Amino acid sequence: MSPGLRWRKFVSGFMLTMTGVCALVSVSVLFLILGYLVYHGGTSISWNFFTKLPAPVGESGGGMANAIVGSGKLLLLATLFGVPVGFLGAIYLAEFSGGTTAFVVRYAADLLNGVPSIVIGMFAYSLAVLPFKHFSTLAGGFALGLMMIPITLRSTEEFLRSVPNALREASMALGASKWKTIASVIVPAAYRGILTAILLAFARVAGETAPLLFTALGNSFWSPGWNQPTASLPVMIFTYAIAPYDDWHRQAWAAGLVLLGLILVINIVARAILSRGIAVPRA
Amino acid sequence: MATTTTTVPSAGPVAGWRSFLSRLRQGDEIAQMITFLFAASVVLLTLLLVFVLWQGSILPRHKFGFNFFRTSVWDPIFDQFGALPFIYGTLVTSAVSLFVAVPLGIGAAIFLAELAPARVSDALEFFIDLLAAVPSVIYGVLGVFIVVPLMRSYIQPALQNTLGFFPLFKGPAYGIGFLTAGIVLAIMVIPYIISVSREVLLSVPRDQREAALSLGSTRWESTWKVVVPFARPGIFGSVFLALARALGETMAVTMVIGNTPTISASLFSPGYSIAAVIANELTEASSNLHYQSLIELGLALFLLTFILNGIARLLIVATSQRGRRTGHT
Repeated sequence: MSPGLRWRKFVSGFMLTMTGVCALVSVSVLFLILGYLVYHGGTSISWNFFTKLPAPVGESGGGMANAIVGSGKLLLLATLFGVPVGFLGAIYLAEFSGGTTAFVVRYAADLLNGVPSIVIGMFAYSLAVLPFKHFSTLAGGFALGLMMIPITLRSTEEFLRSVPNALREASMALGASKWKTIASVIVPAAYRGILTAILLAFARVAGETAPLLFTALGNSFWSPGWNQPTASLPVMIFTYAIAPYDDWHRQAWAAGLVLLGLILVINIVARAILSRGIAVPRA
Repeated sequence: MATTTTTVPSAGPVAGWRSFLSRLRQGDEIAQMITFLFAASVVLLTLLLVFVLWQGSILPRHKFGFNFFRTSVWDPIFDQFGALPFIYGTLVTSAVSLFVAVPLGIGAAIFLAELAPARVSDALEFFIDLLAAVPSVIYGVLGVFIVVPLMRSYIQPALQNTLGFFPLFKGPAYGIGFLTAGIVLAIMVIPYIISVSREVLLSVPRDQREAALSLGSTRWESTWKVVVPFARPGIFGSVFLALARALGETMAVTMVIGNTPTISASLFSPGYSIAAVIANELTEASSNLHYQSLIELGLALFLLTFILNGIARLLIVATSQRGRRTGHT
């Protein structure tokens, strides 16, 4: 082997090893994050965390029951707003629309998807908080729902399009109207994909903090009804982590563990649903 | 000929009306109308967003004009608003994050696409997708409790001792600041770079690699001189995507940047970013001008990420289409 070739082989082996190191470093970050959260969160989580209200400053103990319920309410509102718009919009794009309209809607959705979450918060603030002069659960749900729309819309459309045309034609040939075809053939054929899309959109907004700062704000107590500011897990994590009290830091870790656990579980479930494949053989 | 042209126009509307009725009876028109309303509402909401941002920032646009982006006094008490420190902070932290994340991310993507067996590659990609799903506030918590102390006691002193002659690494080591924010951002954007770059690299046709190898190149040479150049636009696309994400990131940056409007050559110094100042001041804006100045910052952020995302999408689509065109089927 000539020295030139040996050198080239050495460079090749070295650089390829380096790419392996890069991959290792990047993936190990996930395990570091998980490890730290499980360690710190696990030592500070307790039954009280799920059942009690936050303790006043200076007192130890307390929990985040109101934030858990608050997050649940916000996400329910977001789903009620974001999923129908995204889902029905996607049906229009995939089944009814012509080229130009579809392009415009898709473009708008992509634009909305790229908007930084803080700007979404700003938008919801000037639309749903300023006119009513108070923060509310509704405003927070609106902001989160707005973020769910583009994700649901784009992936649902993709899955609807992947349903083979032969199915549409077969149904129409039997005399079914178009909307019957959609409701009883196309959507059921793509339901795994659509479910995955909705779950991923849900998981994505479940951890959003910035849009809630201006809309749902926060609350140390229960928030009855839908028209008052409410606590939520992500905002609680933020305020507790930057506060100067050790006890609050522990609560922040515990809340972080709960939130991340929820999001990772939804992600894994969503991918598991999808990996079983779309129930229809592709044409 | 003449008779058909006279009868068709009169029969047309009637036939059209009749078929409209029959379709209506089966519900198709209604279904189309309802779904159209929802699709249109997406467009309307997006337009409304742009309108609210534009309409909401009229005052500072008229009062300061372009000087808004060139002056650095941010004083709510005297109603003086110059956004330069925030723009500087946003750009510096994003630059630091790309400096760290681009080599790491592209290296990892090359490993996943070129070297790792498909099974390993898919498994790792799964973990990387999970990493991309971790909410930013969690990265912020890790930044505050892990990265900041590490930076303060080990990394910043070490950098000062070795590279302290650069103005970049001068000044006291607070732990918080541009460098820390940049590193936390890097951790956040790496998954995006890896996932998109891997996808683009995988779309490079197989014969490109085989041709290079058959001409006697080593594995690395075929990767670096043939596959990567082929996928280059798409890889740039992934970097633009990461940049757009880094520019707009709020929570993690707010928690570790120090929230002090400064322009300093030192990366150790505390700073401020556009998103962070919006998060901290929007609900407590002291005057209408203050509020509208923050909206104008939001508008600037929106336009910047809009342009970057657009470029990224074009580059990524162009690359994967090129792969499909060149590759034989």
